[in-house]
Amino acid sequence: MSATGIGAAVRRKEDQRFITGSGNYTSDITRPGEVRAYFVRSPHAHATIKKVNTKAAEKMPGVVAVLTGADLANDKIGGLICGWAITSKDGTPMKMGAHPAVAADKVRCVGDAVAVVLAETLRQARDAAEAVEVDYGVLPSVVDPAKAAAKGAPQIHDVAPNNMIYDWHLGDKAATDAAFASAKHVTKLDIINNRLVPNAMEPRAAIAEYDQGNDALTLWNTSQNPHVARLVISAFVGMAPEHKLRVIAPDVGGGFGSKIFIYPEEVVALWAARRVKRPVKWVSDRSEAFLTDAHGRDHVTKAELALDANHKITGLRVHTIANIGAYMSTFSSSVPTYLYATLLSGQYAIPAIYAEVDAVYTNTAPVDAYRGAGRPEATFVVERLVEVAARELGVDPAELRRKNFVKSFPHQTPVIMAYDAGDYDASLTKAMNMIDYKNFGQRKAASEKNGKLRGIGFSTYIEACGIAPSQAVGSLGAGVGLWESAEVRVNPTGSVEILTGSHSHGQGHETTFAQLVSDRLGVPIETVSIVHGDTDKVQFGMGTYGSRSGAVGMSAIVKALDKIEAKAKKVAGYMMEASGDDIEFKDGKFTVKGTDKSVGWGDVTLNAYIAHKFTGGQLEPGLKEGAFYDPTNFTFPAGCHIAEVEIDPETGKTTIANWVAVDDFGNIINPMIVEGQVHGGIAQGVGQALLEGAHYNSDGQLVTGSFMDYAMPRAADLPSFKVDTTLTPCPSNPLGIKGCGEAGAIASPAALINAITNAVGHENVPMPATPSTVWKAAQGGMKKAAE
Amino acid sequence: MALEMSGEYDLPQKREIVWRALNDPAMLEKCIPGCETLDKLSDTEFQATVKLSIGPVSARFKGKVKLEDIDAPNGYKIVGEGEGGVAGFAKAQASVALADEGEGCKLTYKAEAATGGKIAQLGQRLISGSAKKTADRFFENFVEALKEYK
Repeated sequence: MSATGIGAAVRRKEDQRFITGSGNYTSDITRPGEVRAYFVRSPHAHATIKKVNTKAAEKMPGVVAVLTGADLANDKIGGLICGWAITSKDGTPMKMGAHPAVAADKVRCVGDAVAVVLAETLRQARDAAEAVEVDYGVLPSVVDPAKAAAKGAPQIHDVAPNNMIYDWHLGDKAATDAAFASAKHVTKLDIINNRLVPNAMEPRAAIAEYDQGNDALTLWNTSQNPHVARLVISAFVGMAPEHKLRVIAPDVGGGFGSKIFIYPEEVVALWAARRVKRPVKWVSDRSEAFLTDAHGRDHVTKAELALDANHKITGLRVHTIANIGAYMSTFSSSVPTYLYATLLSGQYAIPAIYAEVDAVYTNTAPVDAYRGAGRPEATFVVERLVEVAARELGVDPAELRRKNFVKSFPHQTPVIMAYDAGDYDASLTKAMNMIDYKNFGQRKAASEKNGKLRGIGFSTYIEACGIAPSQAVGSLGAGVGLWESAEVRVNPTGSVEILTGSHSHGQGHETTFAQLVSDRLGVPIETVSIVHGDTDKVQFGMGTYGSRSGAVGMSAIVKALDKIEAKAKKVAGYMMEASGDDIEFKDGKFTVKGTDKSVGWGDVTLNAYIAHKFTGGQLEPGLKEGAFYDPTNFTFPAGCHIAEVEIDPETGKTTIANWVAVDDFGNIINPMIVEGQVHGGIAQGVGQALLEGAHYNSDGQLVTGSFMDYAMPRAADLPSFKVDTTLTPCPSNPLGIKGCGEAGAIASPAALINAITNAVGHENVPMPATPSTVWKAAQGGMKKAAE
Repeated sequence: MALEMSGEYDLPQKREIVWRALNDPAMLEKCIPGCETLDKLSDTEFQATVKLSIGPVSARFKGKVKLEDIDAPNGYKIVGEGEGGVAGFAKAQASVALADEGEGCKLTYKAEAATGGKIAQLGQRLISGSAKKTADRFFENFVEALKEYK
């Protein structure tokens, strides 16, 4: 392993830029003549729009235009769409309501845009927004997914009677029912997976510019996948043909899924820029982000686990109501279905699984993928069930897991996935040793002496990453293929530019992708640059989400590098008057096999472009190759997290005493970056389990709409994590990578709630387990123990 | 509605005079906290502009004040609803009852309030305090103004 190659803990190249304030974020960009956009948003959760009066606002100082939903409709700008078609049990397609970028007839959640003001300055736009008069006819609203489909609930979209988008199922109902009928023990749980606000550090932003001469539009935005944004805005919104629309996502300060989606504001910026023929800039403030960024999770689930007399799991039955919000966001339909129910087998060999998912509209912000997307929800269901089953059966939770682990690979689950490689026993054993599981009893006794409750909880999670084989996802309803593309440009002087369809918004691609190139071509990492996030530069791309950039994005780079090496060998062959087949390439040197004749990397790259040594036109000049990589399977990162907590029963305060994470991510490019991803993921999972919860009141008002009321995890809430790995290389991609970006957020909530419920002796601890919730549970647990 | 409040006040005037004051737009304008204008549309309906601040959000609400369930001189319901533009909206209603008590009379009220939009989003923890304070201030102002009222 070289100092900058695969496996080296290279410091992040991009951090120099970020920590010195030299990053280039969308809101840092200023275009000549730009106007600022400010949205007038609905304060009502559900209302008809009777009238929008913009006259007074139009006369305010600095105002360039005030545009409404009616203007948008007049200009025939299409609505936003959900790109994954889900079919209900009865074979009918999902019922997708229209989603105009600016509401014209009806608002369906607080924060729905009803008008946009364009003015010379932001302050002027904001002042004029005050003068826009909207006459609403307020309607009753529904925010609770469990009540959305009830008789008499307010009807949100006409196309979706009873607010039901789809009632979907997966698995074998008859086999599962049979497993339950013959079960020796059944464990049942009611679970609410709490709604979360993503809260990326950089709020969303968009600048749109219209080039009148070429009739072309450019959009700078905070996107995780600029090519997909271009495709959707072109093909579905109908803004401009693809070749007349350039989308640039420069430095982006965190996404966690929330910046995958195509949002109304960027559509409006493009439309408005063309209308007023000036660049239009919109930057979300934090209050808007709370209301309008797609939220995460929000499931209401009934789950049951069947076990036989030998404590083998024989069946799993799940019914989930998934809150989709007021509109179907870009990938919202896939999250509670193919990213959720397909992972319900966990790390276990379960012969029969049946899952039913009802997706419903409510008068809340749209819900879509958030770090983990469906897999945290699945892991929480499975890992809570298994832990509670062990408690009910009076067996060690680690042993119950071990007994039911998948032990041979490949393993076909009853819910689509075919696990390719793993060693679940290895990660469990390592984690138990690291946390000193066998002496937990002593630590518990010591806590009790101090009047504290101590608990320990496991989460042996699995996820499906490397999203995804195009044919497979196509057969499941995806509207796009999920390959990745790369181009390798070698310059005459030997430096290398990698153009990738992946997009880095905190993942460190500029470092890890360069490590791959340095390792492969034997060139210094400083001579490699990574270009991403611009549809005019990068040939194509599907973007970054679902822990796919390593497994899919880097695999595309490997394919292009294969072609570069083959071509470079031919160039070296001409230079040394040998056949390309006789050239060996190692450590940046090309050698004629069995001789001491060699040429260096820089000589070859120069000769590729001066082309003086090529004869007869058999070899094209240049050294630039592109590739598309389509994965053959999902990847299956898995591992074991163990949380140990100490609870003060007097105050309900939970202190995380110990946290061990042992993950199998396959081969690792940069262990330091991987560890950082694990830390961040656990922090978000701890946030979900202990602190975070988006709450709408019965009028549909978001009452956790700022950091005063929505608690994010802070350093003091988190312990010093003990992180380690085990390794089974992924057999389905050339680098053996599985992906690591979401694991922490997927594994951690179950581990933490298992630990808390273990400590308090009471299973009813809903997330977020705030001190008041834990206090109540602790009192209940003590009462139960006394009886 | 989201929020409920109640209270009672001993007033230094006879019930008939208090009742007249409660129906006097000039008195209402003087006593509604932050009230900048109150224009009579009819005997029971007024157009009002009220400046309110809750936590970090301060806005001028334009809306209507209506008197309902009038039972002279025993009480009525006063209903207000205003749009604060970007700040959102506020709604409140208070049932007011008067009863003779010694030389003066006793006023009791039960009020409900709800907010939406930015005030609800940002001011959640402050709304209950602010609403109670606003209601109290109205009646405090009213008691004070009554001393001079004829």
